[in-house]
Amino acid sequence: MGLRYLRDVTTLSLEAGRCVGCGLCLMVCPQAVLTMAEGKATIADRDACMECGACANNCPTGAISVQAGVGCAQAVINSALGRTTGACCCTLEPRGVPPAGQ
Amino acid sequence: MLETPAGPVPRVASPLTARDRLGGYGVRWGIGRMRYTVDPGLYALGQPGAGSPVLVSANYKLSFDSLRAACPGLAAWILVLDTAGVNVWCAAGKGTMGTANLVGALNDRGLRQVVSHRQLILPQLAAPGVSAPQVRRLSGFEVVFGPVMARDLPAFLAAGQEATPAMRHKNFPLAERLALAPVELVIALKYACPAMLLLFLLGGLGHAGGWAAGVWSKGWPTALNLLWAVLAGAVLGPALLPWLPGRAFAAKGLWLGLLAGGLAWLIGRPAPLEGAAWTLMGLGVVSFLVMNFTGASTYTSLSGVKQEMRWAVPVQMACAALGLVSWLASGLWA
Ligand code: SF4
Ligand code: SF4
Repeated sequence: MGLRYLRDVTTLSLEAGRCVGCGLCLMVCPQAVLTMAEGKATIADRDACMECGACANNCPTGAISVQAGVGCAQAVINSALGRTTGACCCTLEPRGVPPAGQ
Repeated sequence: MLETPAGPVPRVASPLTARDRLGGYGVRWGIGRMRYTVDPGLYALGQPGAGSPVLVSANYKLSFDSLRAACPGLAAWILVLDTAGVNVWCAAGKGTMGTANLVGALNDRGLRQVVSHRQLILPQLAAPGVSAPQVRRLSGFEVVFGPVMARDLPAFLAAGQEATPAMRHKNFPLAERLALAPVELVIALKYACPAMLLLFLLGGLGHAGGWAAGVWSKGWPTALNLLWAVLAGAVLGPALLPWLPGRAFAAKGLWLGLLAGGLAWLIGRPAPLEGAAWTLMGLGVVSFLVMNFTGASTYTSLSGVKQEMRWAVPVQMACAALGLVSWLASGLWA
């Protein structure tokens, strides 16, 4: 099915020098962005990246960086309006920090 | 209850009951509690022993139920984390389905006494929050990421914990898009209903035949037109997503708004200025609603959403405002 999002917009980057070829990033990516070539992970389908952050979060050597976030217009609106609570994904929060009181 | 070295553990069955299904249906429509939860903790599925696999889930009941339902005949432990009633993927994004919460639960729930191995199976979509290398360092447990969908779990386990590429890919099929539409519709209607009432009442302003005549001849069809735009944006948008032109959701929404506006014109046969006003208002509303569907979709990035919003929000506001003004003016002309 031809569902593809915007081109040239993801903040994903991979530093090949730090990759040890463990393959974990390939395994966790839900969009098949990465492949393995000659023992190193490489970005094969950059525009498919949805910036979920799974790869960077699981890379043991910190070879991958991405500004992780949820691609949700309502969340962007909520944060612009200064709202911090909302249904489901609809707030932008710093990653890795459980929201206070939840 | 199942007796274990760490005390009694509640048992759950794989088949869903009528009540489970009814509750799931209610959640889809946004009826009742938005937070549909199970208590966090350890559960026994079937008759598990010390060597049985440990599956980790969120305490959103639909996540938990889909896991249970996917595994008939499987004996396993289910460790439910406290994600504040939010599903696995959203909770992973928020960090509640995350490394710290998981490591904490491993210590609290007595899992170390219950199983002899040190391996956890997590849904792949937990990976934005759970870091396998960190969990190993902090707890000694090895995290194995299972398939994206719980229904593939039996095949994954049968293949020696190997997932096919299809099992690792999150797609967005029609059935899933349609399942999300009711909630979009209910939320949109909360805002649309007062707006419809307002349009209905404003329709009488400056009408040649008097206010009451205007309310029926102009206000009522325009209110209906708004309802049509909401239905198009919240239901047709998700349904037709792959076939609408453009990549940005707001652009898809503009095309759909044109289509919906054209149909409204054919059926409603408005005066030209009124029809143009309908189309403009519809464009703003439909584009906005389809843009909002980025949150429910499974392939949009935050950078992308921000990029499209930069042009789309001004366009949507301009369409809606221009539409409203020309609609009000159309009464004075008539
Ligand atoms: S997770 Fe990191 S180290 Fe492992 S293959 Fe990917 S980039 Fe390389
Ligand atoms: S951020 Fe998510 S979608 Fe993008 S490459 Fe990493 S795992 Fe894949």
